[in-house]
Amino acid sequence: MILPWLILIPFIGGLLCWLGERFGPTLPRWIALLTMSLELALGLWVWSTGNFSYAPAPGVDPTWAIEFKHLWIARFGISVHLALDGLSLLMILLTGLLGVLSVLCSWKEIQRHVGFFHLNLMWILGGVVGVFLAIDLFMFFFFWEMMLVPMYFLIALWGHSSADGKKTRIYAATKFFIFTQASGLIMLVAILGLVLVNFNNTGVITFDYSQLLKAKLSAGTEYILMLGFFIAFAVKLPVVPFHSWLPDAHAQAPTAGSVDLAGILLKTAAYGLLRFALPLFPNASAEFAPIAMTLGLIGIFYGAFLAFAQTDIKRLIAFSSVSHMGFVLIGIYSGSQQALQGVVVQMLAHGLSAAALFILSGQLYERLHTRDMREMGGLWSRIAYLPAISLFFAAASLGLPGTGNFVGEFLILLGSFVATPWISAIATSGLVFGSVYSLIMIHRAYFGPSKSDEVLKGMDGRELIMVLGLAVLLVLLGVVPQPILDTSAATMHGVQQWLGTAFTQLASAR
Amino acid sequence: MDLTIQHFIALAPLLITSATIVVVMLAIAWRRNHSQTFLLTVAGLNLALLSIYPALKVAPLVVTPLLQIDNFACLYMAIILASTLACVTLAHAYLGEGKAGYPGNREELYLLILMAAAGGLVLVAAQHLASLFIGLELLSVPTYGLIAYAFFNKRSLEGGIKYMVLSAAGSAFLLFGMALLYAEAGTLSFDGIGKVLAATGLPSPIASIGLAMMVVGLAFKLSLVPFHLWTPDVYEGAPAPVAAFLATASKVAVFAVLLRLFQISPVASSGVMHDVLAVIAVASILIGNLLAVLQTNLKRVLGYSSIAHFGYLMIALVASNGMAVEAVGVYLVTYVLTSLGAFGVITLMSSPYSGRDADALFEYRGLFWRRPYLTAVMTVMMLSLAGIPLTAGFIGKFYIIATGVESHLWWLIGSLVIGSAIGVFYYLRVMVTLYLAEPKLHRHDAPFNWAQRTGGVMLLVVAILTFVLGVYPQPLLDLVHHAGLQLVG
Repeated sequence: MILPWLILIPFIGGLLCWLGERFGPTLPRWIALLTMSLELALGLWVWSTGNFSYAPAPGVDPTWAIEFKHLWIARFGISVHLALDGLSLLMILLTGLLGVLSVLCSWKEIQRHVGFFHLNLMWILGGVVGVFLAIDLFMFFFFWEMMLVPMYFLIALWGHSSADGKKTRIYAATKFFIFTQASGLIMLVAILGLVLVNFNNTGVITFDYSQLLKAKLSAGTEYILMLGFFIAFAVKLPVVPFHSWLPDAHAQAPTAGSVDLAGILLKTAAYGLLRFALPLFPNASAEFAPIAMTLGLIGIFYGAFLAFAQTDIKRLIAFSSVSHMGFVLIGIYSGSQQALQGVVVQMLAHGLSAAALFILSGQLYERLHTRDMREMGGLWSRIAYLPAISLFFAAASLGLPGTGNFVGEFLILLGSFVATPWISAIATSGLVFGSVYSLIMIHRAYFGPSKSDEVLKGMDGRELIMVLGLAVLLVLLGVVPQPILDTSAATMHGVQQWLGTAFTQLASAR
Repeated sequence: MDLTIQHFIALAPLLITSATIVVVMLAIAWRRNHSQTFLLTVAGLNLALLSIYPALKVAPLVVTPLLQIDNFACLYMAIILASTLACVTLAHAYLGEGKAGYPGNREELYLLILMAAAGGLVLVAAQHLASLFIGLELLSVPTYGLIAYAFFNKRSLEGGIKYMVLSAAGSAFLLFGMALLYAEAGTLSFDGIGKVLAATGLPSPIASIGLAMMVVGLAFKLSLVPFHLWTPDVYEGAPAPVAAFLATASKVAVFAVLLRLFQISPVASSGVMHDVLAVIAVASILIGNLLAVLQTNLKRVLGYSSIAHFGYLMIALVASNGMAVEAVGVYLVTYVLTSLGAFGVITLMSSPYSGRDADALFEYRGLFWRRPYLTAVMTVMMLSLAGIPLTAGFIGKFYIIATGVESHLWWLIGSLVIGSAIGVFYYLRVMVTLYLAEPKLHRHDAPFNWAQRTGGVMLLVVAILTFVLGVYPQPLLDLVHHAGLQLVG
């Protein structure tokens, strides 16, 4: 019964936030904080008690650490089927943690309509948890689309329009919504295609993951259906030709929105690839892998170059996400256990470091009322602590050893080197550009001539706790990644087997 | 043929509605009283709705060669009666009580709406071209009056005349088509036409032209592209509750009869007709959605959006196999709920009548901070129209996509995906307007106690149903599943 509660808690908490607004603006914040802390605590409790050697693997019926099943729509064989294994648990922990942080970081920033803001925030997180737990394809899609609506509101109502007034927050929110919704519909078509093919073969209409894993597909059908899934995930990840919504959405979103978007929403796409696209269509994925890895490569460089060219600090971080997700994409399609484990670490590390950078730029915005780096400069002497902490996270983002990002990128590159040395080698040189844009961000914002000598307000306890906590976690992830690796090992082993077998078959067929 | 008590039970919904018309007419002649007329109408419609239950017991039953009462007809009768009931309650709020509100005679609106509903009931049970025509005219003619009901408003009058002229043209096409079809088949019953056409394999040129002209006539009423030109003007001009009726009951009835025609004589939709229907579907989806983007008037937005929605429905009609009938049923129910909700909000915003409806988008700016629950209703409706999960609209769209995938209609599915991406744009624009900062002054607002009135209660019920069916659609699916067409005449 714990799984439905993991989903329901944020939804109920969100409603309470809305109702609590009439008793003053502080109550919703506390309710939201409590809700997300409860979510995080539940996640940690599951982590300490669960056995994560159970995970889906090819050839046998999937096993899970915890499972919940209840019939929902009998007509289509749809059930509320939730399951948890190591990968989904780690993602839920990340969601809980960033949920707490996004409540904290909007404590001062959001002053209008506080209750409704937290309703939306909680519902996004609830939807994301739903995505990470659902293993009925209908239900997965249900949450996948559902979380767009509160995110839309978050950007459209509490966002910032760009400085020159050309791109409004509503423009950014609508773009985000249309990109993800349209690609989601393509996935729905692919899901229905898969279900109907399975129905024609077996006579059973079902959306259940474990049943559909056994579906027998012809090569052509498998490839097309895989593409349907891939497009939806590629838009959300984002993979380069489909990325244009991301910088706009990030730049215009409030801090909490950016934190959730970069920290968690992008991860739902990587999770979707690992959980659904690869296991359901292993052969097509193996065939598609070179293309996907090339797209990843393009993403690494394109993201890095554009990040370098930005003047808006949040757009810079947004493009850096594109670059980092390129590594994730390469790792996912490499088919090696090491790289897949690296993907998990990279996802967590990027979630933490990007969230921290967005929180820091939110704090800068609260002090300077601009995100334009041309207006900054020389801040090192004007704000206590903040520049130094930013430097740490910028260093983490460029993959400094000792941080989680290093472990993730190293494992991905090492793992993919075995099968695809060239891609791995080229991707490695992308790290150089990572350093360039990270350092240029620090240089532009914090060094150089100062615009004014006025000393700005230092960081208060709340702000310090948020970023220092993230820093500690990031270092921990970099120094002792083993508990994380142990938790996700079984899941990644399963994925590796699916893809590995398909690679061998593909190689022998050629 | 002999009429037994069974036949009367089967016909009860239609008979009770017709009796209500007479009673209401006499009551108006005896004493003009708004509340009394409203109560009589509501009582009659409720009785008719209840009488569907005994009618189901005797179904399927052929009543005269003209009508067939089966589960399919009963489902659509229920939809029509329920949506008429909803429109009537909205109209009551809209016309207002006492001095405030509509200045002319208020009672005749109910009379006209009842007659149109009776026409709809005939239409969904029709299995003969004659009853099709009678039903269609009985539905359309009172509608002219309804649209122009606020005749001292220029737009309303213009809408009424426009609808009358184009609708009459549509009927002419329909009649000509029927004549050609009769010349070919020698019979007017759907069943007979189907048999004759099937015997010759593909329909002959004359029969094809006849069918095409019939489709033109019906497409006028369904406002499918390229016969959609009247829709935005009429939706804008018509009083809000009438627009709601036009979008729901009237279109549902016409679509139901079209579906029955093509199901009973499947040859009718084969060959060239198949392609023509597919082109109409794609054009309706794309053009409807594209033109809606340009609108700043909420009623016009809904008008264009209804063009697009009937385009989606055409996908199921083109598929015409497997789940198609079921998909149409589910989609129509969700669409009716959503349209009633959307027009309901507009109606309550414009209630009581004060010269012009509150239909400009800017009048809805910041509504959330003034009327949070009313806005929540509107938000659910917009999301449902866009087909986002947690709302009934998603289930409908899911069914349509499933039908399309099942029949491998990739072009149609592709245009649905593109269309709904465009659709999201304007639904979101309407939705976000509700939440923006409030303007300084505003003309129209729903009364503060809107939720305690009949119209408000109805609206809340519709909103809750939209949400519940989005989360737990199983009861609806069961209901529609049992209402499939029995093809045996």
